[in-house]
Amino acid sequence: MNYVIIGNSVAAVGAIRGIRGVDDKGNITVISRERHIAYGRPLISYLLGGLITEKRMAYLPEDFYEKNRVNLLLDAEVVGVDSTRKQVKLAAGDTIGYDRLLVATGGDPFVPPIEGLAGKERIFTFTTWDDAEKLKGIAADMERVVVIGGGLIGLKAAEGIHLLGKQITIVELADRILSAAFDRPAGRVVAKKMKANGIDVITEDTVVRIEGEGARISGVTLKSGDYISCDTVVVAIGVRPAAGFLKGSTVDVNRGIVVNDTMETSVKGIYAAGDVAEASDFFSGQKNPMPIWPDAYIQGDVAGTAMAGGKKTYGGGLAMNSIELFKVPTISMGITNPLEPKEFDILTYQDMENYQYRKIVLQDNRLVGAVLVGQVDRAGIFSGLIREKVDVTPFKEQLLAPDFGIIHLTKEIRNTLFAPYGKVA
Amino acid sequence: MKRIYTIEDACIGCHLCEVGCITEHSQSKDPVRAFLHEPVRSISRCTVEELDGGVISLSTTCRHCDEPDCLRACISGAIQKNDAGVVRIDTEQCVGCWSCVMACPYGAVQRNLAKKKANKCDLCPDRKSPACVDACPNRALVYKEGSQK
Repeated sequence: MNYVIIGNSVAAVGAIRGIRGVDDKGNITVISRERHIAYGRPLISYLLGGLITEKRMAYLPEDFYEKNRVNLLLDAEVVGVDSTRKQVKLAAGDTIGYDRLLVATGGDPFVPPIEGLAGKERIFTFTTWDDAEKLKGIAADMERVVVIGGGLIGLKAAEGIHLLGKQITIVELADRILSAAFDRPAGRVVAKKMKANGIDVITEDTVVRIEGEGARISGVTLKSGDYISCDTVVVAIGVRPAAGFLKGSTVDVNRGIVVNDTMETSVKGIYAAGDVAEASDFFSGQKNPMPIWPDAYIQGDVAGTAMAGGKKTYGGGLAMNSIELFKVPTISMGITNPLEPKEFDILTYQDMENYQYRKIVLQDNRLVGAVLVGQVDRAGIFSGLIREKVDVTPFKEQLLAPDFGIIHLTKEIRNTLFAPYGKVA
Repeated sequence: MKRIYTIEDACIGCHLCEVGCITEHSQSKDPVRAFLHEPVRSISRCTVEELDGGVISLSTTCRHCDEPDCLRACISGAIQKNDAGVVRIDTEQCVGCWSCVMACPYGAVQRNLAKKKANKCDLCPDRKSPACVDACPNRALVYKEGSQK
């Protein structure tokens, strides 16, 4: 059996382990357009900020590829897939045959057509190790930076650049930063902390024009008419599934590559996992791209297992993010900001002075979402309660308590779902 | 593999498992030095949770899951499962992002704020049986073979 995996990040790693859990013998080939072995992609902001060295970017133990007998092709871009001949075509012209194919190419940063952007030198995106290297490379004569987009990538880029001692302004179109994960109070708590550390956060506004002569940037003009002087711009509006090379193939691509609950695409033998895939959402069952690190691993594992003939099914994507900004840790998961609040039971605790905020979202006495700012210990218990759809009625009053723990669950829940407590297996 | 099992009804809430754990993960491996004289006290990887003033108590710790949610969430690769099945954190590699804290449904990963590193049970690699189990006066913690579920 010949397994070919396009992409070499966390979904690919999950898939390699998934395959090897079932099939010890088959050939695994991993093709990556990047020149690095698998690295902790979210660590690029730590690398940029000088918090870690290059050595610590390695995501895997040194012997991983050898131990799992993986044939690794780096710096190689796949430009097409021929599902009839079962071949992938590389940019260099050669083809590689497969029996089972996994597309785990992740996302490409989205850069909208902003006036004045074309031809400017110091426009960056921030999703790869090389992006961090480029920014670091010009750090010596960088002074003021505008980051377009206050989502996860924008905030992490801003943090890294701030650590280099540069002035930053974040411009976010929504009414708060991290709008996908946070509600207004959580966004405000974190924005307050960022402002206290000298980062300007502008919300409900956007960059309409990049100003400057020739390739040089002198500033940006906002929709409100405000002007911010800067020499560098980081575009962090979001990522789009990197599935462009499947154009002309028979694989069904919507926003991402549409997959079933074993991560198989519309074409038998071809699978997709990670940010490039469009899999079921945990709550609605609707297909959605979900660019979440742990989810990419799980999808990769499910895909790899299925490719090798094993059985695992995907339980649906559950959004979750852990991000610490200026020593204020935050964890958010599930539905944090429901569109129809009346259908939900929402509990909150707020202490803005001390950067503390907790929000619990319930639906039909089931936990469906949580936002924790400040005190985040044991947050994972909430993710367990969400996934297991536990009726929280007996301990609903305790959910907001900062010391909420296993002991607050009923003994029955502890002995069953949260086994093996007291159980002699 | 051998795992630590909690017998909730036998727990007397004495916190000696935590003392044992802190001592084992100290530099001196001496309880008094570990608590009073070492510059940074290590943190306990097991947690005694109490309710109603200690009438109900139990010690929670890592299950070394077959498919660890902490490992899948770890962004730096610091969390790995070895061939024996033990899930460990390489604290050098850990960046303190708390993704594992977010993911572990047992609440069994601790934040070591002094070092900005995540800590969790390592099943005491230098001992025959984990320090918490040996410290428990009422066998509320048992170290034995068994499956996760």
